[in-house]
Amino acid sequence: MSLTYLEAIREAQAHALRDDPRVFIYGQDVGAFGGAFKATKNLAQEYPGRVLDSPISEDAMVGLAVGAAIEGMRPIIEMQFADFSTVGFNQIVNQAATLFWRTNVPCPITVRLPFGGTSGSGPFHSQCIEAIYAHYPGLIVLTPATVEDAYAMLLEAVALDDPVIFCEHKFLYYHLKADELPSEALPVGKARISREGRDLTVVTYSAMVHEALEAARELSGEGWEIEVVDLRSVKPLDTDTVVASVARTGKLLCVGESWPWGGVTAEIISRVTGEGFGLLDAPPQRLNAKDTPVPYHPNLWAAHRPTARSVASAARNLLRS
Amino acid sequence: MLQTVLDASPRTDAAAAQDVHVAAYRFMLLARLLDDKFAALYRAGKIHGGVFLGRGQEALSVSVGISLKKGDVFAPLIRDAAGRLAFGETVLDAVRTYLGSSLGPMRGRDGNVHRGKPQEGYLPMVSHLGAMISVVNGVLFARRYKKISGTVGAACVGEGATSTGAFHEALNQAGVEKLPLILIVANNQYAYSTPTHFQFACDSLADKAAGYGVEVQTVDGTDLGACLKVVGEAVARARRGGGPQLVVAELLRLCGHGEHDPNDYIDPKLWESPLGRDCLKVAEEYLLRQKWMAPSRVAILRNEIIREIEEAVAQVQREPAPDPFVEQWHSIATGHLNEGNEER
Repeated sequence: MSLTYLEAIREAQAHALRDDPRVFIYGQDVGAFGGAFKATKNLAQEYPGRVLDSPISEDAMVGLAVGAAIEGMRPIIEMQFADFSTVGFNQIVNQAATLFWRTNVPCPITVRLPFGGTSGSGPFHSQCIEAIYAHYPGLIVLTPATVEDAYAMLLEAVALDDPVIFCEHKFLYYHLKADELPSEALPVGKARISREGRDLTVVTYSAMVHEALEAARELSGEGWEIEVVDLRSVKPLDTDTVVASVARTGKLLCVGESWPWGGVTAEIISRVTGEGFGLLDAPPQRLNAKDTPVPYHPNLWAAHRPTARSVASAARNLLRS
Repeated sequence: MLQTVLDASPRTDAAAAQDVHVAAYRFMLLARLLDDKFAALYRAGKIHGGVFLGRGQEALSVSVGISLKKGDVFAPLIRDAAGRLAFGETVLDAVRTYLGSSLGPMRGRDGNVHRGKPQEGYLPMVSHLGAMISVVNGVLFARRYKKISGTVGAACVGEGATSTGAFHEALNQAGVEKLPLILIVANNQYAYSTPTHFQFACDSLADKAAGYGVEVQTVDGTDLGACLKVVGEAVARARRGGGPQLVVAELLRLCGHGEHDPNDYIDPKLWESPLGRDCLKVAEEYLLRQKWMAPSRVAILRNEIIREIEEAVAQVQREPAPDPFVEQWHSIATGHLNEGNEER
């Protein structure tokens, strides 16, 4: 048996629907059609009345989820693309994210954001906006990089009593495969060492984990051993694992597909310099997408985001410094 | 809540109408005098942040609160003191929120009109207008999912909120899902300082209902009897399965946006127009004319209410303020996943 990242997301939702009657899915085209990416394929047929089409109203979709959560449900909201979640931004950051703090009533909703760039998708179907959600208190922001994590973390997201922004990378949907679904997993909030190394730490998440691993393989041929830390969850952020890795390697490169101003990579560098300045043998570096909207043409797109080649190049500069 | 009033005294229709009017008037008076107290405390510097009054909107607001039953859902807005009290909020919880008592429902984390108890169907508003409507939809959606029938949800907004995307999305959503939502629009002629001709271009806000496949009624918001009837019927229709209901009330905000607002932009002609009538005075005159209350009873009632409010304020002023060293500073329910605290 072989399973893609996208199929793992579909299976996690089937599992959640099967095990918990409080779970329902609400989003555009998620019903009989099975979703724009088929992440809810056949679920409406298998779970009648629990996988429901919504109007094109991201604000009202999230508002409805918050009301349902108050009433004890565990809604999963599918945004067709992460980019469109900005239309529901107000309900996410002001309603869902503040409810528990204001009232002590938890808000267990999961908002699925198909995010990140794929060739040809252009400025409005490619965005990485995890940092914007992570900025607001009251939200958990997850960024699985593997098929196993996509499955296990989505299940945990639905089980958590808090609003979860589940960033599932569209670039990983089809080509990333696993042999079977995991029976156990690291809990939310823990980072993973995806590859061990002694010379430099690359901290990254989601699709960039795979670019970093490829860069590490390339550098291994040149005699450098790169440690790759997969954050898995950008909020909460597992600072301990990152700092421990930097303690071993002395060098830090943070890689993110999102825009360079602020964001996750800046946050990591801030934390590592604050908590472990003495561990660093060289100024910490970061590599992000360029500060423009995400371009459409493959030539431009490939140069806009970090790739294995640009990660390796940045790592070499840091290793030689 | 109407049911509470009626259950207490099963009598003839006429007597029931009298009971409802008297009960509604009492909540209106309580809301007005409570608002007056908050305004006084604000001027005395005893309240942090703003004070937002419902002066002129009590008849409409109380009609919503009194038409709902226990188990229904209510999302009031800033000028709904009367509706909140009629829905079951205590004077104590209102005062605790305005004075920031740690014993209040918001524990000093939010204040003034931003209060509620979601677990009791009383939803605490966020400031973003129109945003509460889809949350009410969500509670009703979940009830239908759980096969709970017979409950409804009401949300209150002003005419300003009808210009938001959230209003459109939520009313359309309620129409598509045929939810038992009652959406009350108080057209109080000004959204802060903006007059209606800068807010909408249709003849009446009731025109909007057709676009959403929603039933609509308009009502004179200064007339308690009319409000009780129109809002009560809309609630009953929604409860019977008639789908979402829009009620548009015409009235005038008889105060500033908040107590910081001198309110000098209101067209003086509006004060003299029928919209400018004080609904509390209109209701009181009606009760006296019907001989449903004696003038002496009104005076006694007023004194009773003032005493209740003063006692609540005195009690809350002795209650502990929130303590930043005791505050947990947790923004999420899953304790160990909160950032920046020692449990991690």
